Amino acid sequence: MKRTFMLLFLVVMLVTGCAQEEIELVEEVTLTIEDETYYQRFQNAGISINVYNWGEYIPDGSDDGVLDLNAAFTELTGIKVNYTTFATNEELYAKLKGGGASYDIIIPSDYMISRMIYEGMLEELNFDNIPNYSYIMEKFKNQEHDPDNRYSVPYTWGTVGIIYDNTAIDPEETPMDWDILWNDEYKDSILMFDNPRDAFAIAELKLGYSLNTESPEELKHAAKVLIDQKPVVQAYVMDEIFDKMGAGEAILAPYYAGDAKTLMDEYDHLSFVIPQSGTNLFFDSVCIPKGAKQKEAAEMYINFLCEPDVAYAVTDYIGYSTPNQGAFDMLDEETQNDPIAYPDDAYLTEKTTVYKNLSEDTNQLMQTLWTEMKSAEVEHTNPWIVPIFMLLCILLSIAIVIRRHIRNKKDIF
Amino acid sequence: MKQKLLSAPYLVWMAVFVIVPLVMVAYFAFFDSDGNFTLQYVADVAQYSNIFVRSVWLAAIATVICLVLAYPLAYFLSKMDTKIQGTMVMIVILPMWMNFLLRTYAWMTLLGNEGIINTLLGYIGLGPFKMLNTQGAVVLGMVYDYIPYMILPIYTVMAKIDKSVLEAANDLGCNGVKTLFKVVLPLSLPGVMSGITMVFVPAISTFIISRMLGGGSNLLIGDLIEMQFLGNSYNPNLGASISLVLMVIILLIMTLMNQFDVDDDRVLM
Amino acid sequence: MKKLSKLYLGLMLLFLYLPILVLIVFSFNDSKSRSVFTGFTFEWYEKLFRNELIMTSLANTLIVAVVASLIATVLGTLAVIGISKMRKGPKAAVMQVTNIPIINPEIVTGVSMMLLFVFFAARMNLEFGFVTLIIAHITFDVPYVVLNVMPKYRQIDANMYEAAQDLGCGPVRAFFKVILPEIMPGIISGFLMAFTFSLDDFVVSYFTSGSTAQTLPITIYAMTRRKVSPEINALSTIIFVCVLVVLVLKNVIERRADKKRGVVR
Repeated sequence: MKRTFMLLFLVVMLVTGCAQEEIELVEEVTLTIEDETYYQRFQNAGISINVYNWGEYIPDGSDDGVLDLNAAFTELTGIKVNYTTFATNEELYAKLKGGGASYDIIIPSDYMISRMIYEGMLEELNFDNIPNYSYIMEKFKNQEHDPDNRYSVPYTWGTVGIIYDNTAIDPEETPMDWDILWNDEYKDSILMFDNPRDAFAIAELKLGYSLNTESPEELKHAAKVLIDQKPVVQAYVMDEIFDKMGAGEAILAPYYAGDAKTLMDEYDHLSFVIPQSGTNLFFDSVCIPKGAKQKEAAEMYINFLCEPDVAYAVTDYIGYSTPNQGAFDMLDEETQNDPIAYPDDAYLTEKTTVYKNLSEDTNQLMQTLWTEMKSAEVEHTNPWIVPIFMLLCILLSIAIVIRRHIRNKKDIF
Repeated sequence: MKQKLLSAPYLVWMAVFVIVPLVMVAYFAFFDSDGNFTLQYVADVAQYSNIFVRSVWLAAIATVICLVLAYPLAYFLSKMDTKIQGTMVMIVILPMWMNFLLRTYAWMTLLGNEGIINTLLGYIGLGPFKMLNTQGAVVLGMVYDYIPYMILPIYTVMAKIDKSVLEAANDLGCNGVKTLFKVVLPLSLPGVMSGITMVFVPAISTFIISRMLGGGSNLLIGDLIEMQFLGNSYNPNLGASISLVLMVIILLIMTLMNQFDVDDDRVLM
Repeated sequence: MKKLSKLYLGLMLLFLYLPILVLIVFSFNDSKSRSVFTGFTFEWYEKLFRNELIMTSLANTLIVAVVASLIATVLGTLAVIGISKMRKGPKAAVMQVTNIPIINPEIVTGVSMMLLFVFFAARMNLEFGFVTLIIAHITFDVPYVVLNVMPKYRQIDANMYEAAQDLGCGPVRAFFKVILPEIMPGIISGFLMAFTFSLDDFVVSYFTSGSTAQTLPITIYAMTRRKVSPEINALSTIIFVCVLVVLVLKNVIERRADKKRGVVR
């Protein structure tokens, strides 16, 4: 069993790697940085920072003509960026809590930030190192999850809505509300959030409960509703949604507005709707976890993300709404008035709810209910399987014993 | 005496990095974060018995299918002309050298509603059939990923069977089928046994296959463990007790298999 | 019967190769569609080689695999010599422990090592990264080295070693002159096995890698969880071609060697 293939793989890669230098790396995209001297402090210090971000949450140069922001940061500052991704807030929490990995930059959402603050998992930021913080719009400062704004700098914000295939569903005929995700007609064509908080929120919206309910009865009811939904759900996914919705595998999926915009830009058959009955409003902010090894370099990274040009590149590429005034001003008028990315304030205040951190007990309960929901049977496995299986095991053991007994007898003769 | 000392680094290594971690799993399973002894976590595992049943069931089906598919294949391979036998075995085993994530991903693109199989079926006016995100897809993934582990040991054992034994059976009046059942089958049983464990153990504990092909709604034990440590419901204590139970299940099944093994050594004698 | 066996073999090969073929074909597809072939392009290969993440993780994979399998080989070979001098009882016990990483489900090995490293990380300033990855890899590699070297060592005639010593070799020299050449094939196959397992490991690495040292399988996993680009098909194709070439070469070399031996005889 010798799998020596990778060696050769390396050789191939090296050969092509040599030829690569003549290829132009990225099309010319320029970034204007205000105060370049600020970024020179660590130029030759050989520092690297570990950034842990959501998947598909930064321009990474993977599409043609798109800047690789991390590479640009390295070029500007001389600080190397180790960039890795997570898919859900809960995954981020687990990795920080029990994974033993050390990060310098993380980007959690509102409720997770307050949970982390509460559990002492975040480092206080030194805003003297983040002069570009001034670009953040006032309404995004001092929010409830970080009241004195000591731990986080807003990165993006957005709402949750439903992405749908407009060739299969006509919103004129079908009212697009959260109920549609339970509709039998679209059995096996519905995708669902693969993280507890967002999934429970949708059940709570359907049931008319608060998104921040702490009532065990309401949560249990929501969990039951989610179990009821299982037969119509095709798969529980996060960023796999890009692929599945794009390829037409599914026709309905609740997801974040920013990603919906990205999808709609690429595929004409997809549309997005924010249900009128209300939804979740979220803020994702940049934080530094406790024990970060390169706090100052991390703050430099945060400042870099707050550069209007950089924030514009982010919002332009990932589609999420920006809290950065400088970047917002750069957007064309159409985007500024886009009801998906920038819904009017009246709707935001009346119909949307921001997640709050729940009490420890409620978090525990939600986790347990989530695991139960995920493990509930969809395809009914035959209830006789266990007894049959055990019976088989017993019969097998008996057979062995008898066989041996007979054989022993034979040996005697 | 001195030579014995050469194994000291190894013994220390295995003690620190094999035994101690397992002890830690047991500790996490029986003690809460404050260090108090509790049976709560082990008791909690019972809640997920349906996942255990599903995992054992799917892994068992996959193992049986692997056996049914691999046995004839190994037999035909061992019967082949020795000149091309080596090359043929290599060709059969070749896919195994590919990264298993990539192989599983390949099935995702084949089985989807808009995948290749359904597209092809669409041309002749059939389907689309729901194949991806089902238990069937999970079993298929297990069979595809682990079947080489069934083919190899069976083939190895069969290739070693002395040709003269088969000739003797023929001379003594056995026809082909009878030889197969009376001689080849019993002689190849050790290979079958190790094939079964080599397929069953990874199949019951996988979390990639169920996630990629099962759509996240057909959780297996592996998913459950992963969820408790790095996934959406962080609870290492529960995760540790599930791991412990998984080890016990596998130990039981291995013991059962060993029973057979011993038994069949006697047959050979 | 002959026809039947050929048909069966053909069907099985189709089953085994169909997914890989599909990956390869669609790595040349000029749209992102995974079911309709729209045109031919090399674009995805170009992109793949420009993808820094993949290149770094490839380098990481190789570093971890080389270091881990080398250490495992030394550790395992020394262990075999020591173990074979043990009495029966302790020997059996050690062999049981050796079997644990092989029999244990990978996920349990990964989780248990993660718990250990977290314990150390909290107390001894250990950081998840190359160190933890390499330790974990050595741990699941070393049993394969032991199991490969052990049978070769057993075959050695004990008198040879004593004869060498009688002829004036010190124990160390006797080892290098007599024992080592005899067990070399076992050491090499053990090393190769360890190396390839290290290259391909996902589950254990998933639990023990930190923020800095991502190996290729971990990167592939992250790729499958995001917007999927046909780069992944290009990657599969390259890996497949490499495997194919290596195996064909190996086969040809072995054939040659066989022939040569035939001539000498």
